[in-house]
Amino acid sequence: MKRNLILGGLLSALFVLAALISFAWTPYDHTALDIPNKLKTPYAEHLLGTDHFGRDLLSMIMVGARTSIAVALVAVGIGMGLGVPLGLWAAARSGSLVDEVIMRGNDLVFAFPSLVIAILITAIFGAGAVNAIIAIGIFNIPVFARITRGAALSLWQREFILAARVAGKNAARISVEHILPNVTNLLIVQGTIQFSLGILAEAGLSYVGLGAQPPTPSWGRMLADAQTLVSIAPHMALVPGFAIILTVLGLNLMGDGLRDYLDPRLRVART
Amino acid sequence: MLRYTLKRLFSLILSLAVASVAIFAVIEIAPGDPASFMLGMNAQPETLAALRSELGLDVSKVERYFAWTSGMLTGDFGTSYTYRTPVIDMIRDRLWVSLPLALYALVLSTLVAFPAGIYAASRRGQAGDIGIMGATQLGVAVPNFWFAMMLVLIFAINLRWFAAGGFIGWDAGFWKGLHALTLPAIALALPQAAILARVMRSSLLDVLGEDFMRTARAKGLSSRQALWRHGLRNALIPVLTIIGLQFSFLLAGSIIIEQVFYLPGLGRLVFQSISARDLIVVESVVMLLVFSVILVNFLVDLAYAAVDPRLRSRT
Repeated sequence: MKRNLILGGLLSALFVLAALISFAWTPYDHTALDIPNKLKTPYAEHLLGTDHFGRDLLSMIMVGARTSIAVALVAVGIGMGLGVPLGLWAAARSGSLVDEVIMRGNDLVFAFPSLVIAILITAIFGAGAVNAIIAIGIFNIPVFARITRGAALSLWQREFILAARVAGKNAARISVEHILPNVTNLLIVQGTIQFSLGILAEAGLSYVGLGAQPPTPSWGRMLADAQTLVSIAPHMALVPGFAIILTVLGLNLMGDGLRDYLDPRLRVART
Repeated sequence: MLRYTLKRLFSLILSLAVASVAIFAVIEIAPGDPASFMLGMNAQPETLAALRSELGLDVSKVERYFAWTSGMLTGDFGTSYTYRTPVIDMIRDRLWVSLPLALYALVLSTLVAFPAGIYAASRRGQAGDIGIMGATQLGVAVPNFWFAMMLVLIFAINLRWFAAGGFIGWDAGFWKGLHALTLPAIALALPQAAILARVMRSSLLDVLGEDFMRTARAKGLSSRQALWRHGLRNALIPVLTIIGLQFSFLLAGSIIIEQVFYLPGLGRLVFQSISARDLIVVESVVMLLVFSVILVNFLVDLAYAAVDPRLRSRT
């Protein structure tokens, strides 16, 4: 099972590295047009080929990784930043009106798939990377709220929490000092999974034109460009497609691996 | 059971009410007045006022909200700003594409996921299991619209088995219509099948460890008989929940897949309406999507409670 963690970690690191390097260096300027060399399949000078404007696909993938990672990371941050406190609060007041309101609110947000939220936001504010972040982020809130509440509820029954209460700590302090550290592992694993879902969602939104707008490069939009040319230049679709698949696969494997690694009980159960 | 049903029904109505207020409020924030958008920059104030009253924009927001919701309850979704046709007619036409597509995908994903999940569970840890689990990891990671493009490339452009896009319509015959929706349905079904197969496998593995399975073996059933007669039925409960949840992903996913195949479904309607600032259509389609998700989850909850009486007492 450690293999998953290593393979996933390597794949994820590869794309994070590509994104970081792209700030300092890319093989070509990702916006530079080179019409004579358009639609070239991969060869020595352009390792991943060129698109219909002769732009270097490797450079575009590297810069596009920035967009994907940034959107997904901030979206997960929004989901965690709002969802975890809500979940802790609901668990601390379990069974009360606050708990009920938070959980029903969660159900309601779940009824709006992120794409539907994105459509609503786009209808009002127009398309853009920031709106994609908000749409994916809102959808992440109930995910983290629910998982935090579930884990926190069982922790509240434990003796060490009772001890903390006897020591005179209030619910808020117990939540932060004792509950939160004990759900961190769970949140890391879920965060990895939501991160990969965020990358898929960003690609989908950009593909239909609701996400990052030109000139911001994005894997989803590269695929939208490739669509009409797929019969004459399949590599234009294959390159960003594989970038998405490998990143998501890497993050998912890493999530699975982390779950097994951080929870020793599973190591026995899974064999 | 009656008390539970009423309780769930109340929560269903409450959810719908809150959702409709949220959607209405969000659309209301949208800048720009549809009437002035339709008439352009040089519109006369009188014409503008006339159009505003024709579209029902001249009354207060609260009145408009109640007009919109009470209209929807009676099947009147209002009139499209751009096409001047009843929104319900536009939606009905598109629904005949989107709904069959989502159902088709649901059937496909179930047909693939059940055998795959059962096979993997029965060969736990062996090559077949590892192979199927690897395939599902891949299936979850592949963006379905990219997969759709690959399907078009292989089966429409190279092999010419299917059309690359468009929808022939059900008037051409059921099988022709189904044929046209096959590639989109496969693309839509892929990630869902992968998720479902994983759920099926783990749910079955949980059940296989139960005491009643040992009892079934002890009374002389072969492992295969025990699996089919006792294991599968008990493993199905969590699987059904996931199928219910997937419905919402399929409906939302079809919005993107329709773009790949140029299908005249709800998704295209929404995008056209957004660019034409035909917000009443956007509002109604989004409400319809949310309504169907809430309704399906309500039905799953009820089915769940009918199967498992223990759940009725909870919440």
